[in-house]
Amino acid sequence: MDITALLLSRIQFAFTISFHIIFPAFTIGLAAWLTVLEALHLKTGRPTYRMLFDFWLKIFGVAFGLGVVSGVVMAFQFGTNWSVLSKMSGPIQGPLLSYETFTAFALEASFFGVLIFGRSRVPPWFYLFSTAMVALGTTLSAFWIMVNNSWMQVPVGYVVENGVFVPDDWTRIIFNSVVWVRFPHMLLGAYLTGAFCVAATGAWYLLRKIYHAEAKVMLAMGLGLAAVLVPVQLLFGHLTGRYVGKYQPSKMAAIEARWNDEKPASEVLIAWPDVENRRNLYAITLPPPFGSLIDSDSLTAGEVGLNSIPQENWPPILIPFFTFRIMVGCGLAMLALAWLGFYLSLKDRIERNRWLLWPVFLSFPLPFIAILTGWYTAEVGRQPWVVYGLLRTADAMTPFLTARAASISLLVFGAIYTFIFAFGIFYIYRLLRAGPVGGLIKPLARAVPNRPMSLADEDVNSETKYAGARV
Amino acid sequence: MVMFWVTLLSVSILLYVLLDGFDLGVGMLLGLTSSETRRRDMLAAVAPIWDGNETWLVVTAVILWGAFPGAYATLLPAFYLPLLVMLAGLILRGVAFEYRHKTQRLRWIWDWSFIGGSFAATFIQGLTVGALVEGLPMTNGQYVGGDFGWLSPFAALCGVGLCLGYALLGACWLVKKCEADVREAAYRLIPYLSAGLLVFLIVVFAYALAEDLQVMGRWMDRPYLFVFPVIGAMAAVVLAVSIQRHRDELPFPMVILIFLAAFATLAISFWPYMIPFVLTIDEAAAPQSSLAFMFWGEGLFVFPLMLLYTIISYSVFRGKVASMPQHY
Repeated sequence: MDITALLLSRIQFAFTISFHIIFPAFTIGLAAWLTVLEALHLKTGRPTYRMLFDFWLKIFGVAFGLGVVSGVVMAFQFGTNWSVLSKMSGPIQGPLLSYETFTAFALEASFFGVLIFGRSRVPPWFYLFSTAMVALGTTLSAFWIMVNNSWMQVPVGYVVENGVFVPDDWTRIIFNSVVWVRFPHMLLGAYLTGAFCVAATGAWYLLRKIYHAEAKVMLAMGLGLAAVLVPVQLLFGHLTGRYVGKYQPSKMAAIEARWNDEKPASEVLIAWPDVENRRNLYAITLPPPFGSLIDSDSLTAGEVGLNSIPQENWPPILIPFFTFRIMVGCGLAMLALAWLGFYLSLKDRIERNRWLLWPVFLSFPLPFIAILTGWYTAEVGRQPWVVYGLLRTADAMTPFLTARAASISLLVFGAIYTFIFAFGIFYIYRLLRAGPVGGLIKPLARAVPNRPMSLADEDVNSETKYAGARV
Repeated sequence: MVMFWVTLLSVSILLYVLLDGFDLGVGMLLGLTSSETRRRDMLAAVAPIWDGNETWLVVTAVILWGAFPGAYATLLPAFYLPLLVMLAGLILRGVAFEYRHKTQRLRWIWDWSFIGGSFAATFIQGLTVGALVEGLPMTNGQYVGGDFGWLSPFAALCGVGLCLGYALLGACWLVKKCEADVREAAYRLIPYLSAGLLVFLIVVFAYALAEDLQVMGRWMDRPYLFVFPVIGAMAAVVLAVSIQRHRDELPFPMVILIFLAAFATLAISFWPYMIPFVLTIDEAAAPQSSLAFMFWGEGLFVFPLMLLYTIISYSVFRGKVASMPQHY
């Protein structure tokens, strides 16, 4: 086996999956929000909702497309680069991912077409139904991915026969407690991503003093949702930590940079872990029993240190340690912004508080960073295993993969993803900048920023909408 | 159970070839015109459904992984570089659908991404089938061909052949969905594409005879199997008549029939192997507990639902493109 090919394959997997997760993280939340908007519009008839729907649908379209094309790659990459893994765990991971494709992809793809092109071809209830089906599809997809990944983190319900993991208890594989804390954790992360992107866009328009009505709806809905969900997310984050402590002591010790067994344990807030000498430099530490309290909800529990784990089973220490802290930092910053912003927007004072609008506007990267760093903590922390405790990453690679082939593929994916990402972000930026009624290339005759709002306008709008949206 | 999943795998591959086949074909044909109106009409004929079509490729990949992990883990790494090219092509053409409408100045980039991506993906799919027919270099069930073991003149020829085939499907789809000059242009193309495809089939047959490929033996043993190629030939005759009489609805189903005949021909040649003469279907199959888990959920209930979504989305967007009230 080729060590260089292994390294390149790992980089390639990390790169392609990081690229991919950005888009589902965004579109899962956005699809749910589009469903709410369409339902509100059907119920109240308020044109603002329809305008917001059509506007966010355009952005959804670009992000969804990027998610689809980068997702197809994932279905092949397990086989091309990790053939030993796909053969050994194929009987478990294969069916799980096939459930994802069957229940989610087909649903999303078919009804996405209706969403973008079918408004005038179907009755309003069916259009709402299609929106809901796209949202359901994105959620189901996340569910199966979390079941699959949770099995790699905490393998259960299998027996080993002829060197292959044969499933013998699907109920345990799907309904184990690990799935049911990690799936909500991911889903809430996606909803928060949607919420912060929407709120940030609202703040941007208020700062630029345009689209006043739409901006206020976006701010109130985005921040309101975030104000409720961030605390729930912190709770699920904590529960996720509990499963790590219970099933993956080496990951927990790396996240906490805990070198020695402690009972009760202290908590390292921040430090520079000096891996070579097995100690922490510049540490700021909370005394015992804070570590036990945080990791085990107990004043007296003992926590495992890295020194009592053989070094060949250590994950890299620095990456989980820092990514975890960045994730938590983003979460706390989002909590502060959501509560403060929602309070002011309830009091209808947010417009006048430009000092808050700026941080809300600039907050949109926070949920993305939190999701990426959270995944890095989970995945890098699982190393050196690909299936925790059972199969090492180094043994999972395609045995005959050459460094030449692996470097070609990494280069090609790197170049193409950079290319489409740069344009995708640029186009999304232009759509957002133009706002709910702006045409992208040739503005409609009546698409002026301070457009009057009336039912007549609404009619004209629905006729010309696609010309504006898709020309 | 194994039979059920082989059937579903075949249905998925077939649906993929037929459905994504015509939109990849339209993608290649886009290169033949530079008129924006024509291009827009051609794209409008596939835009609402291409994503659903491509889903069948992912369905194929995950059925292969879930139900036949042995084949998945052997084939995918063997075709490492070709699959990379196919994925790159599919990525570029996928984003082009969205991106081309976001710009005027740089539209040419996305149109050529779309055209080139369609060619690349189609060529690789044909090449893969060709390499499988010819036989991959394998020892004890392990691929031993290195980075380029799949490359051969025959495989490349099959790549070109599939480009012709998909382009023909695409042209027939355009006849069905479009009006005015796009339809006329497609009508003019179909005879050339059909003739090209015919030449290709003759060459493949001659090559297979000359090289004494292992698959040919099976045909000599069971001459009654020639009923499938005959069905294909009859469909080709109807196709020719329908072109002459300008019957918009007929050419597409006739080309589908030709593809069905070709598919059945291939399937019979492969049976009972998953990777010809190396790995049988039974050897590649996942354990019973995996197959049963897939059967009782996705096989029995979700698969019919997927067919239903596909039917819904095609019926929402039925009819000629120009009659769509919103111009795309």
